[in-house]
Amino acid sequence: MSIQVIMSQALLGLNVGVFYAMLSLGLAVIFGLLNIINFAHGAMYMLGAFVALIGYSYLDQWFGINLQIGFWASLIVVPLVVGGLGILIERTMLKRLYQLDHIYGLLLTFGITLILQGLFANFFNVSGTPYPGQPESLSGVVNLGFMYFPTYRLFAIVFSLVVCFGTWYVIEHTKLGSRLRAGVENPQLTQTFGLNVPLMVTLTFGFGAALAGLAGVLAAPIYSVSPLMGADLIIVVFAVVVIGGMGSIMGAILSGLALGLVEGLTKVIYPPAASTVIFFLMVLVLLFRPAGLFGKEK
Amino acid sequence: MPNNQGKALLQIENLHAWYGESHILHGMELTVHEGEVITLLGRNGSGRTTTLKAILGVVGRRTGSIKVRGVEVINMATHRIAHVGKLGYCPEERGIFASLNVEENLELPPTIAEGGMSTDDIYEMFPNLAERRFSQGSKLSGGEQQMLAIARILRTGATLLLLDEITEGLAPVILKSLDSVIRKLREKGYTIVLVEQNFHFAAPLADRHYVIEHGRVVLQIEAAELAEKQEQLNRHLSV
Repeated sequence: MSIQVIMSQALLGLNVGVFYAMLSLGLAVIFGLLNIINFAHGAMYMLGAFVALIGYSYLDQWFGINLQIGFWASLIVVPLVVGGLGILIERTMLKRLYQLDHIYGLLLTFGITLILQGLFANFFNVSGTPYPGQPESLSGVVNLGFMYFPTYRLFAIVFSLVVCFGTWYVIEHTKLGSRLRAGVENPQLTQTFGLNVPLMVTLTFGFGAALAGLAGVLAAPIYSVSPLMGADLIIVVFAVVVIGGMGSIMGAILSGLALGLVEGLTKVIYPPAASTVIFFLMVLVLLFRPAGLFGKEK
Repeated sequence: MPNNQGKALLQIENLHAWYGESHILHGMELTVHEGEVITLLGRNGSGRTTTLKAILGVVGRRTGSIKVRGVEVINMATHRIAHVGKLGYCPEERGIFASLNVEENLELPPTIAEGGMSTDDIYEMFPNLAERRFSQGSKLSGGEQQMLAIARILRTGATLLLLDEITEGLAPVILKSLDSVIRKLREKGYTIVLVEQNFHFAAPLADRHYVIEHGRVVLQIEAAELAEKQEQLNRHLSV
């Protein structure tokens, strides 16, 4: 087995890993700051890809709007749309469940997932629709020395890493982040200081959903846009969050990247185990470090 | 110095408060004028802390009237009360955020009014905090946590301070520092509501004392009447 094969597989693994990282980051932000297990996160990712697809190909045909939202514009428009929907869900539904056990939030978001999947399956092919909007400037391949790598995939890796570490920086190293963390630690006291914690909660949920939507836009040119694309991914992403440590922002990012790499390298070493290696690691982590690799024991 | 002729900054009338089914405050009446330091005295469970929490809107339910700077806040959202009342709260458990360092804890509350103390002024008043500005909140001693809890609200511009059991569990040397801090704040014109168990700490600082039992005021003593009513006070506090 040549080093070239290993390196190229590692890079492809990293490409999957950045999607794990972006999605588990959104889940960790929502769980860490709001204590909600958001099962609809995969549906928000799927929605992100579909909003990009509809914005590019169907606005004229469906709504008679003579407009085409390209890929670059989608990177801004789609997170706003998906984040807005997240805010609507939090305000109208999740808000009512805060006093109850986590399981109620999980069941509600699971229901939302099924509704969104069913809705899109009604209009689109379950096996997937290609997204034709990949910009010309990102087509082709780049010579990395040890392999030729698709330019778009390289862009997706770099862009996702910037978003992930940017989010981590804001939460861990800015005043806004410290207010969010304080709101999690002691919401009542934080409100007595004059901070609007319910608004912070709503905006954080919207931000988490927007991150998933953004991941959906980035995924659209690589994978087929399908109503089930989020459902396929969300279980793995939950495993990533558990391994990283529920609520740990850096844990979610690093585990996402590392597990993408592990999955990619397993494809070289023992391909049949590639799709289960993450769950095997999750079992080990739960047995020996239940709070996750970066989580704090309670 | 008592200033009963001054503007009433805080006026509480017929205040009732509940935690779930438990009825804690039973018609609390209280007036605090601008620049005054008053204490709420009483045994554990008498309703002193609940009075502060009711002012801030963090009890289950409350009825009656709470006017802060003339504005009725009984139905106001908690996060608005601090802004409307230019009000700072220091909770009994100190409420230092373990995940934040000293500086982050200090800068956490938003500015609610002009004229708050600068970070430099605060470090001058609390030199220990300056030395430990990058230590995590959870690593501070009890005294340092208490200083930080008070310092944190002084930066916001709040001039009406609600301080809950600030002396609890602290060594005599720290009490001396706290005494000097309260005196300085009083000189600067802050209005302070002090919930205190330690009467010896509170007595020389306050303009007026309210003794609370079963969620209502049972005795009100001006500083000048303290010697005269000492026996009555001791009976209520069982000291």
